[in-house]
Amino acid sequence: MPDDTPIPAIHDIGGAARFHCTPVEHDEVPPDAFGKKVDALRQILAQKKLMTVDELRRGIESIPESEYFALGYYERWLRSIALLMVEKGQVEEGDLR
Amino acid sequence: MSEMPRFAAGATVRVKDDWPERRGPCHIRTPHYIRGRTGTVVRPLGAFANPEDLAFAKPAPKRTLYHVLFAQEPLWQEGKAGDTVMVEVFEHWLEPHPIKQEA
Amino acid sequence: MAAPPRPDSIALLDRLMAALVARGIVTEAEVAERQANTDKASPETGARMVARAWTDPAYRALLLSDGRAAAEEMGVSMAGAPPLGVLENAPGRHHLVVCTLCSCYPRAVLGYPPNWYKSFAYRSRAVREPRQVLAEWGLNLPDTVEVRVVDSTADYRWMVLPMRPAGTEGWDATRLAALVTRDALVGVAVPVAA
Repeated sequence: MPDDTPIPAIHDIGGAARFHCTPVEHDEVPPDAFGKKVDALRQILAQKKLMTVDELRRGIESIPESEYFALGYYERWLRSIALLMVEKGQVEEGDLR
Repeated sequence: MSEMPRFAAGATVRVKDDWPERRGPCHIRTPHYIRGRTGTVVRPLGAFANPEDLAFAKPAPKRTLYHVLFAQEPLWQEGKAGDTVMVEVFEHWLEPHPIKQEA
Repeated sequence: MAAPPRPDSIALLDRLMAALVARGIVTEAEVAERQANTDKASPETGARMVARAWTDPAYRALLLSDGRAAAEEMGVSMAGAPPLGVLENAPGRHHLVVCTLCSCYPRAVLGYPPNWYKSFAYRSRAVREPRQVLAEWGLNLPDTVEVRVVDSTADYRWMVLPMRPAGTEGWDATRLAALVTRDALVGVAVPVAA
């Protein structure tokens, strides 16, 4: 690819060379208690019109690269949900420290 | 709002070679690997609130969504001829190809 | 294996929940109830839909034209769920579903997405080298078959309608459904008669 090809955003990983040689591990383990709780919380906040799935994604996409790849799936969701709830004034930053 | 889809099944379209990521915070559902690429409309899928607005809790007018088919091999310069990739793309990311003067 | 959550993540969830509860936004009971509901969804639903489509031409037509209505006919509540699209495999075409941008998945009919579907390796590789990914998992498709990767980027959720395997003539829908795995409904496998 030419050098001026723009670098895709962090989450936009279709075809990313860095995973080219990584086997897809056939991991069927269901989410743990932490993951299920984050998942359920997200659904409830969406149902109460306090956030949309696109806001969730935008929050996930704003996680810095080093954290994005180090955090687990539902850990990224939680970071985004917390960010959104602070942004919308539903909770205060001090509540989360 | 029930505007007619701009593109019909079978139309050749080009995905805009646009990179809003370079201009500031945004949320884009058009993956990087189809931008600037030419594909074929499989069918319109209906109209949905624009995720680029929803992501920032802004009023989100509905936009027509399409299933667009691309040949696999030219996207990556690898793979098998005849294989394909089908992607949901919003109308505002698509332009006719080749570009024609509208009557 | 997915790593367990870090202690700071567990603490963050506890603090966020406590703050939301204190402000009357959610209750612990609400979250538990929602989780219990979510736990009920499983690939068995998608498998039952496929088996019925194999044995009932009218249902097959409904499934392909309106996945949401087809799911509701099987007793699945689709209220609030995204539209469901169904991709029909044929002798010359095999569909493989991926979400390169996040992890969009037809949860109403397949349950939680498995970890492999959410993995960086699957998200990046399936769209670029689908035949290699399938081959690594034991599915070698002939060159005469078009592999059609479906990148689930927007409002629809996609499920594959696999081909009914040979050697199942006369089987009823219950017996057929047992052949349809989650992997086959995503397109990383095809059903085979045991």
